[in-house]
Amino acid sequence: MINKLRGVPAYLFLGIWTLFSLFPLYFMAVSATNTSQDVLASRLLPGGELFANIAKLLDAQNVGAAMTSSFLIAAGTTVLALIICSIAGYGFEVYHSKGKDVLMGVLLLAMMIPFAATMIPLFQVFAKLGLVNSLFAVIVPAISTPLLILLFRQSSRAFPTEILEAARVDGLSEFSIYARIYVPTMRATFAAAGVITFMTAWNNYLWPRVILIKNEVQTMPMLIVNLSAGYVTDYGVLMLAVLLASLPTVVVFLLLQRQFAEGITGAIK
Amino acid sequence: MDRRRNLTGWAFLLPASLLIVLISFVPMIQALLLSLQTGRGTRLNWADPLWYNYTRLLGDEIFKQTLFNTFVYLIIQVPIMLTLALILANLLNNPRLRWRAFWRTAIFLPCAVSLVAYSLVFRTMFATDGFVNDFLGMFGVAPVNWLGEPDTARAVLIIGLLWRWTGFNMIFFLAGLQNIDRSTIEAARMDGANAFQVFWRVTVPQLRPIILLTAIMSTNGTLQLFDESWALTRGGPAYASMSMSHYLYEVSFQRNPNFGYGAALSYVILILVAVLAFIQLRIGDKRDQ
Repeated sequence: MINKLRGVPAYLFLGIWTLFSLFPLYFMAVSATNTSQDVLASRLLPGGELFANIAKLLDAQNVGAAMTSSFLIAAGTTVLALIICSIAGYGFEVYHSKGKDVLMGVLLLAMMIPFAATMIPLFQVFAKLGLVNSLFAVIVPAISTPLLILLFRQSSRAFPTEILEAARVDGLSEFSIYARIYVPTMRATFAAAGVITFMTAWNNYLWPRVILIKNEVQTMPMLIVNLSAGYVTDYGVLMLAVLLASLPTVVVFLLLQRQFAEGITGAIK
Repeated sequence: MDRRRNLTGWAFLLPASLLIVLISFVPMIQALLLSLQTGRGTRLNWADPLWYNYTRLLGDEIFKQTLFNTFVYLIIQVPIMLTLALILANLLNNPRLRWRAFWRTAIFLPCAVSLVAYSLVFRTMFATDGFVNDFLGMFGVAPVNWLGEPDTARAVLIIGLLWRWTGFNMIFFLAGLQNIDRSTIEAARMDGANAFQVFWRVTVPQLRPIILLTAIMSTNGTLQLFDESWALTRGGPAYASMSMSHYLYEVSFQRNPNFGYGAALSYVILILVAVLAFIQLRIGDKRDQ
């Protein structure tokens, strides 16, 4: 009996925090189906306004274009980041040398540079290149990150050197060893790195806000902020847009939660 | 052969390293030079004296307000969040706990939502005629103008940050706890230590590297706070909840863009990040001995 009661505070604490965690998401989802007045009247049950809200949202904003931009940015960043950072992480570990350790240390320092401190010169450079309003300018700064390189370097430790030697004896070139043997065996690391990169790129707000000036070029996070900045906010429509902006990353999270956790913590092991 | 292989290795590192140099290090130096210039738009000249933008910051009341706000968030939010994350991780690490996967997913889920998305949900819930006031009204609490008063606006922003980031840090602690030998905990239990003593004297000391890491990451993140200030409180009322990065954006890209002054502001953030990380590393090391 005492043993059973001892767990009660733990479950109570977890229960309260879980409620706190889930409630805003529930609020967002039900509000997407209610009118603005109902949202402000704190109606917490699903309503019948979903299709009306969808119609109003499509009327006010070009959701399709924003979804496409967000998707192209997130997918483009993920593909390029996986290629560039995995090659580097592999290089750091497999061709290990003192000089490369020094370089890794220097690259890790870049993690401590706040984005705020590089944002203005980056904007100037992309403006000079005529790349303002281009999705390419959104993607480039997000491709190579020290964290991702570190993640690949740390997991490359598990890559067996015997396979490497055997492949060399078989006459495979150094690059084909990476492409044909390393990549398939490191699928788990690629999944983890892919999930965090995709989610970070999808959710990023500040840099797209800076570099995408034209109103017609916007990402989903930009769309929802613009929607809320109007003179009169329709809260039902706003919550629907927020729901749409969150859905892709929430689905990715629910399907690949383990990989996501591995991606954010993997570099420290 | 070995030399050729070594060169191949360097070639593998080249694209990623070059990108980081071009995207981080070069702009960082450009920002330093920019911070020594004045002028509007693209017409910039060397400032006279060179450090003019920095002295101007010292007399800028709005800058001081945003610096104050950032430190309020840092000093109040980060310790509360890390403590909560540590407690939650410790509870979830108990193998006898039921529905562990459910608790973990629910607490971790906010990390999937973008910062501006949750900011707008919180903005809606904390509206004067919104859900939070309706809820408190059931207990006879008069409506609060959450986003219209300095203290409550900052409080709402802190609540938002706790919601979004506690689960994120919990995941780091959970990963750290898995590396702790459970027998050290069982042994302390056998010796008659209660749950709190085990947590404080056995678990926490072994997690110190992770605590240090999460503290540095959270400090870094708080100093760069932008999205919540922008979308949740809009920096208001007036500048009462605005973060430094938000002010930097306003100075650099809104109304009369002033890149030089913005760059000086960005260097204050850069120096604060470096100094605070250095202090935290020193404290973390001292406790090692």
